[in-house]
Amino acid sequence: MAQKLLLLGDEAIAQAAIDAGLSGIYAYPGTPSTEITEYVQKSKEAKEKGIRSNWSANEKTAMESALGMSYAGKRAMVCMKHVGLNVAADPFVNSAITGANGGIIVVAADDPSMHSSQNEQDSRALGKFALIPVLEPSNQQEAYDMVHYGFEISEKYHTPVLLRITTRLAHSRAAVERKPSIPQNEMNLPKNLRQFVLLPAIARRQYKDLLAHQQDFVKESETKGFNKYYEGIDKSLGVIASGIAYNYLMENYPDRNIPYPVIKVSQYPLPKLMLEKMYNECEKILVLEDGYPVIEELIRGALDNGKKIMGRLSGEVPRDGELNPIIAAKALGIFKDIIKNVPSIVAQRPPSLCAGCPHIESVKFINAVLNPQYTKGRVFSDIGCYTLSALPPYETINSCVDMGASITMAIGAADAGIVPAVAVIGDSTFTHSGMTGLLDAVNNNSPITVVILDNSTTAMTGGQDSSAFGHLENICKGVGVKEEHIRVLDPVKSREEENAKIFQEELNYNGISVIITRRECIQTLSKKAKQKRGN
Amino acid sequence: MKKDIILAGVGGQGILSIAASIGFAAVQAGLFLKQAEVHGMSQRGGDVMSHLRLSDSEIASDLIAFGKADMIISVEPMEALRYLNYLSDDGWIITNTRPFINIPNYPDIELLKSEFKNVPNVVAFDADEEARIIKSPKSMNMIVLGAASPYLDIDFETLKKGVSILFKSKGEAIINSNIAALERGREISLLKEKV
Repeated sequence: MAQKLLLLGDEAIAQAAIDAGLSGIYAYPGTPSTEITEYVQKSKEAKEKGIRSNWSANEKTAMESALGMSYAGKRAMVCMKHVGLNVAADPFVNSAITGANGGIIVVAADDPSMHSSQNEQDSRALGKFALIPVLEPSNQQEAYDMVHYGFEISEKYHTPVLLRITTRLAHSRAAVERKPSIPQNEMNLPKNLRQFVLLPAIARRQYKDLLAHQQDFVKESETKGFNKYYEGIDKSLGVIASGIAYNYLMENYPDRNIPYPVIKVSQYPLPKLMLEKMYNECEKILVLEDGYPVIEELIRGALDNGKKIMGRLSGEVPRDGELNPIIAAKALGIFKDIIKNVPSIVAQRPPSLCAGCPHIESVKFINAVLNPQYTKGRVFSDIGCYTLSALPPYETINSCVDMGASITMAIGAADAGIVPAVAVIGDSTFTHSGMTGLLDAVNNNSPITVVILDNSTTAMTGGQDSSAFGHLENICKGVGVKEEHIRVLDPVKSREEENAKIFQEELNYNGISVIITRRECIQTLSKKAKQKRGN
Repeated sequence: MKKDIILAGVGGQGILSIAASIGFAAVQAGLFLKQAEVHGMSQRGGDVMSHLRLSDSEIASDLIAFGKADMIISVEPMEALRYLNYLSDDGWIITNTRPFINIPNYPDIELLKSEFKNVPNVVAFDADEEARIIKSPKSMNMIVLGAASPYLDIDFETLKKGVSILFKSKGEAIINSNIAALERGREISLLKEKV
């Protein structure tokens, strides 16, 4: 009997990759994708098989390294959260033009409802943009199976494949049945030595190949079984449910007996014949999809002059946020339950910096200097635990946009005359996307003060190794920050005055300074202490 | 058989250990299971919850629908109430009554407790105090799980097995103290039922 494991969606993807002959996984941590790579890192099997799995500096470097692995003919996976795909967009889109050699699967974990994110962009749109096949599992087993299938079609059509999941699947656990293990590919260089050389003349040819493959991709999506057409007696409505939305639909029919025809969509480009059949036989169509109205927009068309389509655009389904069984019931017109109210006495409990977090002492000395002397609104910040310092009682930072934007926004703000312009960024975020901005600041001779909060880990996503570890001073020096304006502080209460004084000195300096506040994250510290004690 | 359970608490209070224990037990019992967890930012001292669904037939949604939960198991009283919109009319609340106060506007605890009077089926007690009494202060979550055990439709021995599997790597002593906590919670719950 095949082995059954109880796995998160993320873990199912990781286990599948290990079983499907993966040679290397590349990623930068990002909720809700982090556990895929962590699973491979902790897997004994992966270690025995020699699968490489260290963290990359960012999603772009991860994507490119995976492409290198694919170039060598081996199977590679690259994992990121949805906004990480923006960082990796350049190699991602161009990898569709080069095509794959060894199979390559890009996993993008979307976060509808923004549980831990800055937006709820839908990676299916980027998959379509890159003109590659997109897989969208509805459950953990399908996620597992799709990795095997994904590598297969990636090598069959020499194309990267996008595996799109959402938070709910990534972080939900269910039993998964394993398939027999496949050996890794032997090294096998591309037969066409120019396949990966995107000079315009070559790229034009490659692009035509990619376009020619589009009909193959549709055929795969019509015939391979991840998209299914379920007949129904009542043709007054047809339902299209994609990915995990299919489960919310089914939840409303405990006996699994739906009167309407249903298309379960889990693979793109969309299965044209199935859509055609539904469009022809049903009076109206309801589209349930988690994320953007990607399918709905396509079916509705710009002119919207066909039959009635219900979904996020027409209002039967909310325009934003994650779906759930009740939203599906309401859209189907079968919602009739009475729901208890949450008592008004229940107060919000937002996340906050941990007791003993070194960031607390850092934002305290920043506040101590900035608040009495300057009005607020001068601290450009970044993505990490310290973003929580925007909230009371600190209210230190004034921006959080994307990875690395602290330093570069401070440059622009300083150019516009904001004095002082302060950037606050974590160590891991700095090596992800802050270093190049710092080079801009040096070349621009920007009068900004950059505070790098060095807690020696990628804390927000659960304490993964930071690419910055042991490199920060050298990077700053190497980029051209003057040595005397690179100050390393210990963010502890007993030094608050001294730290504030140094911060003030650097604010007064009319050039670029970097203050590194160095103290390990309280979470990783206590984790290590626990491991030492052996419990 | 179908049990839809909302697990609630504050980040770090151990609801994922409760989920994993029930999960391992459910697998032992041959049940279908889906369990949606919260990871990431909210774990930093914010409210956390998990949807745990058990059934003897295949489960569709990873999320429990509002009004359909058979049980809310909470390690904190305000967090139990936060998810009241999930509870079915005849559902149970099993909750610790010891507040976890990490916000300035935490409501009056007596007012909070009085809210439970509007729910027909409640087992509420100070599980932190019970954990202290049995000299196992870190097992508060297992005491709450023990208190929920009479209503889980999982054989108690199987549940104990689930707890043992969860703590297997931590050694005999840790397993035993967690099992003791589980038994203590069950005892309290059964006593309350008699009253």
